[in-house]
Amino acid sequence: MSATAAELAATVRTGARRARDVVEESLAAIAAGDPEIHAFLEVLDDDARARADAIDRAVAAGEDPGPLAGVPVALKDNLCTRGVPTTCSSRILAGWRPPYDATVVERLGAAGAVVIGKTNMDEFAMGSSTENSCSGPTRNPHGHDRVPGGSSGGSAAAVAAGFVPLALGSDTGGSIRQPAAFCGVVGMKPTYGTVSRYGLVAFASSLDQIGPLTNSVADAALVLEVIGGHDRCDSTSLPQPAPEVVVAVERGVEGVRIGLVSELVDGLAPAVSGRVREAALALEAAGASVEEVSIPQFRYGLAAYYLIAPAEASSNLARFDGVRYGLRVDGPDVAAMNVASRTAGFGAEVKRRIMLGTYALSAGYYDAYYAKAQRVRTLVADGFAYAYSKFDALLGATTPTTAFALGEHTADPLSMYLSDVCTVPASLAGHPAISVPFGDDGAGLPVGVQAMTPALGEPMLFAVAGALERAAKADR
Amino acid sequence: MTAGARPPSKPPAIGPEQVLHVARLARLEIGPDELDRFTEQLASVLAYAAEINELDVDGLEPMSHPFPLHNVLRADEPAGSLDREEVLAQAPAAEDHRFLVPRILSEEG
Repeated sequence: MSATAAELAATVRTGARRARDVVEESLAAIAAGDPEIHAFLEVLDDDARARADAIDRAVAAGEDPGPLAGVPVALKDNLCTRGVPTTCSSRILAGWRPPYDATVVERLGAAGAVVIGKTNMDEFAMGSSTENSCSGPTRNPHGHDRVPGGSSGGSAAAVAAGFVPLALGSDTGGSIRQPAAFCGVVGMKPTYGTVSRYGLVAFASSLDQIGPLTNSVADAALVLEVIGGHDRCDSTSLPQPAPEVVVAVERGVEGVRIGLVSELVDGLAPAVSGRVREAALALEAAGASVEEVSIPQFRYGLAAYYLIAPAEASSNLARFDGVRYGLRVDGPDVAAMNVASRTAGFGAEVKRRIMLGTYALSAGYYDAYYAKAQRVRTLVADGFAYAYSKFDALLGATTPTTAFALGEHTADPLSMYLSDVCTVPASLAGHPAISVPFGDDGAGLPVGVQAMTPALGEPMLFAVAGALERAAKADR
Repeated sequence: MTAGARPPSKPPAIGPEQVLHVARLARLEIGPDELDRFTEQLASVLAYAAEINELDVDGLEPMSHPFPLHNVLRADEPAGSLDREEVLAQAPAAEDHRFLVPRILSEEG
C-alpha cells in the first residue's frame, strides 16, 4: 500500500473509498508477499473484514469512525489482543489468548483502525534482528538476505513491504528505531510514560515504551496522538493528555539549535555517518543552527543498559512458571514443573538475559554490576542535561551500520548488542527519539537518522523529523 | 562532569559454576552440552559491561526510573475485572475456579 494512514482515513471518512476495499488491498499484499518476508505470525483475515464492514456501515449511517478510519494496522506480538494469540515469539506463550486488550489496542480501535495481524519479533523483545523468534526470522524487504532489525522487525518489515501503512512496536533499547532504520521507515519512541504499557508484555519496565512505525512522519504523529495520554491502568503513565504533535510536523526548524552528537557520527560505517552529516547540512539549509557536541558519557550507555535491562527482565520473566498461562511441562512437584516449563519454553537469548540479570542482581555482584549501572544511567542523563542546556534537539545515526546479513551475529551475542549503541542513551534517560529514513548506503540499504529531544519534547522532535523527511525527499 | 577515570578494579570473571548457580536461581536447567557456550557468552558480555568500572560514579544517585516515582493513588471505586472463566481457560490446568499445580510439599514433609 503506498497511501499514508492519514490519506486512507480521509478517503474512508468521506465515503470516497470503502474500508473493506482498503483492508482487502492490505490482505492481498500480505498473501502475495509475506510467504517470503514472514513479517506476520498471525493474519486476522475474517476479523479484519468484519471490522471493516462495521466501519463502512458507520460511515453510511453518517457517523465518523475516527482519525484512523479503516486503516489497516499490524501489532507487534507482545501487545495483548483479547482472544487472539499473543506469543511474544516464544514457545512458552504458544497459543495463549489474552483475556483483555492492551490500552493501545483499545485506543486504535476507538479511532477506527483495523487490526490486520500480529507481527514477528525477537522473543520477548530481546534481540536486534528478529532472528530470536521461535517461528523463524523475518526478512528485510530491501534485501531478502538481510535482517529487518529488531526486536520489532516484523512490524518494520510489514510497513516497508507495503503490507500496512502503520504498525506498532515496542522500544526498550532501540527496538522500534533500529528496525525502522534498517527497513527505511519512520520509527518513534515516545517519552517514557507517554503511552500506556498496560497490556504490553513487560521486558524491562523502566525502559519499555510503545510507539509507531509508519511510512511518514505525519502518520507517526497522528498515531501518537491516538495512543498517547494518561491511562489509569498503568501507574507509570504520566498524568497528562497526549502531546500535540500533528501540527508540529510542518512547523520547520527556523532558529532551532541542533547538536550533532560526535559519539553518534564518528567511528560508524562511512555510508551511515555520511548520511547523518548530509542530514545536518540539510537542517542548516532549512534554517536551523547546527553545531557538533561531544557527550562522552554515551560511551558507557550500552554497558549499563546490558546490565539494567537483563536485571529487570530476570524479574519480569519470573511470571512464566507454567502455572497461570502458557506452556507447562510436568514434573513430580511444582518446583520441578517450573524448571521444566521454563527450560523448554524459553529460547537461548532469553535464557542468557535472564541469567545475566540474575547474576547482576545476585549477592556479591549487585554492587559491582547493577548498582553501578544505575549510577551510570544517571551519568548518561547528566550528559543529556548538559547538551540540552545548549541545544533544542540532538542529531545522530540510529544504527552504526545498515542492515546486516541474516546469521551474521547470531553466534556472538555481544556483537549483536553493539547494534544498539546509538539508540540506548535516549532509552536510559527516558527521552523521546525518532528515526527518519535518509537515503541509502549506495547499495540499496536504507540509512536512518535519529533525532532526540528532552523529556516531553515531542513537538520539537516532530518539527525536526518533518524537516528531515522533506530534505530526504528533496534529495531523491 | 562528575566522573573521572580511575584504575579499573575488575570484578571476577564468571565461570561454569556461577552459571549453574544463577541458572538454579532463575529456575532454568542448563545441559552439559550448553554450559561451555553459555559460560563463554556470558563472560564476554560481562567483560564488556565491566567497562563501567573505569568510572568513578560513587557520588551519583542511582537511577532506577526516568522520572521520580511517587505512590500513585486513585479513588477506590468498584469496577469490572477480568472474566474468571476466560482467565482460567488459558491456564495449563484448572479445577473448581482455581489454578491447579503439582504438589508443593513432598509426602514426607
